[in-house]
Amino acid sequence: MKSFKDFFEKYQWDEIKAKLEKVTLSDVENSLQKKNKTIEDFLNFLSPVAAQKLELMAKMTQQLTQKRFGKTIQLYAPLYLSNECQNICTYCGFSLDNAIRRKTLTDTELMIEATVLKSMGVNHVLLVSGEANKTVGIDYFLNAVRLLKPYFANISIEVQPLSEEEYQQLHNAGVNAVLVYQETYHQEVYKEYHPKGKKSNFNFRLETPDRIGQAGIHKMGLGILLGLEDWRVDSFFNALHIDYLQKQYWKSRYSVSFPRLRPAEGIIEPNFIMSDRDLLQLICAYRIWNEDLEISVSTRENETFRNNIISLGATAMSAASKTNPGGYAVDKASLEQFETSDERSMEEIKNIIKKAGYDPVMKDWDAVYNGF
Amino acid sequence: MRNQPLIIADRTFESRLFLGTGKFGNLLEMTDSIIASGSEMVTMALKRIDSQSSEDDLLNALKPTKSHLLPNTSGARTAKEAVLAAQLAREALETNWIKLEIHPDPKYLLPDPIETLYATEELAKLGFIVMPYIHADPVLCKRLEDAGTAVVMPLGAPIGTNKGLRTVDFLEIIISQSNVPVVVDAGIGAPSDAAKAMEMGADAVLVNTAIAVAGNPVEMARAFKKGVIAGRRAFEAGLGAIGNHAKASSPLTSFLFD
Repeated sequence: MKSFKDFFEKYQWDEIKAKLEKVTLSDVENSLQKKNKTIEDFLNFLSPVAAQKLELMAKMTQQLTQKRFGKTIQLYAPLYLSNECQNICTYCGFSLDNAIRRKTLTDTELMIEATVLKSMGVNHVLLVSGEANKTVGIDYFLNAVRLLKPYFANISIEVQPLSEEEYQQLHNAGVNAVLVYQETYHQEVYKEYHPKGKKSNFNFRLETPDRIGQAGIHKMGLGILLGLEDWRVDSFFNALHIDYLQKQYWKSRYSVSFPRLRPAEGIIEPNFIMSDRDLLQLICAYRIWNEDLEISVSTRENETFRNNIISLGATAMSAASKTNPGGYAVDKASLEQFETSDERSMEEIKNIIKKAGYDPVMKDWDAVYNGF
Repeated sequence: MRNQPLIIADRTFESRLFLGTGKFGNLLEMTDSIIASGSEMVTMALKRIDSQSSEDDLLNALKPTKSHLLPNTSGARTAKEAVLAAQLAREALETNWIKLEIHPDPKYLLPDPIETLYATEELAKLGFIVMPYIHADPVLCKRLEDAGTAVVMPLGAPIGTNKGLRTVDFLEIIISQSNVPVVVDAGIGAPSDAAKAMEMGADAVLVNTAIAVAGNPVEMARAFKKGVIAGRRAFEAGLGAIGNHAKASSPLTSFLFD
């Protein structure tokens, strides 16, 4: 099977890093004016020197996003299924070496959590788990989707990488989107962050979006964990990945998110600090390069940043999130993946969106479009 | 003088401007824009309607407009999905009108002509009034007529681009040979584009992005209303032919007949 790996191997981390340093202001200006923007233009928008054009980039971002997505923000919430995990990841609260009691939701607990989310008005849900293939594998997910389908119009899933056949099963069961983050494209240091478990296999993870595309999943979400390695270089590779996928699997929609490393139980400090200004530049770079990319901003980000990003490129936001299994009702004190930053309620977030002149959208999908 | 009304299936429309309901910053602005536009038919995505909830926000906001509701199948990638969606919409909104949108390509949202033809055949048999969104393809329009479509809705430019009538040569052919109303859908970016389509003899236009994302949507809706009326009136009045040949006031060759 042809995959992104063949494509990825043509690029070197250090070459991209050097290229970013060499970008001039006139390169950025030329790229901003181009009609059809390429991955090379994206690199220019990411460059340190492009920060000088941030105000203009923000204006373009607002205009392009409104044209394509209107003045709307899709709202969703995560539902953590389990914090069991066989991986050691140095930045994650669910890491195997965290000697803390683990929890996987039972059928009844799943439905209790779903009822609470539904009462908050949530209609698009994101199912999340650690990686524990024996207890929380494909059978568990299929059962969860079957139980949750009556509650939600749209189900996304963010779990361990699966096989193409398993993605096909999820697609047939009614899963709309699959999210899988490479965390970092820096192959040499990937192993240091993921010393143990199935996740330590860089290439298996790298080729996951190809398997998702082959299975015909409607939408896929990509991203890197900001704070591990140089965000500029990593984001270039992430965009390269999206660029490849979009041409290869043209029937899928694509979404990108920008998780910044947040405090969690027993984890490392960020290797690279990314400021709000940097993050805005990154969001603008994505939008100006790719007008139809969905951009999701989670509760990892602080209130001020989230209030302002509504009109600056975001198309989807989570709200009132709990990042632990049972966090909404059944086991509020279980181990969480990370501390959220924006803890406002769904109603508060809806009001903030309205105040910004945008329409908070709770439902923008129907199960009728799934599974064919 | 009033413009001639437009008849589709068993309904008569005074206004030849149809509106989309997406992309508005808030529902009040949407309601006010629809009212200001004078539109009598608005389309909304089935996927946005929460049929489980007794009070759907979008449907509630549309009530004061008194517009005819035209559900659409946006999100469908195949004929099969679109037919199911149409049936669901018929149940939820108690209407057999359906705007057929089948776009397997989420990037440019371009319609799939083959699936659209299949779905039109099926839906017409099931008694739906089908309004398919299509490329400006004259042959496809004739095939859809054979399949029992109520109208054809060719695009002026890719949806949401505000680029205007880029398909003008094909729209002219479609209009000249159509036996069903032609509604120009997608790409209309300014009232002048809408007027141009109407001057060409289009039966109606459908506008969404250009109004919803305007600096002042309500004022833009008013401007479109006028553009559409002006264009239609010009068409009905009979536009003069366009040509480069000089027309001398006294014939130069008249001496030949003296």
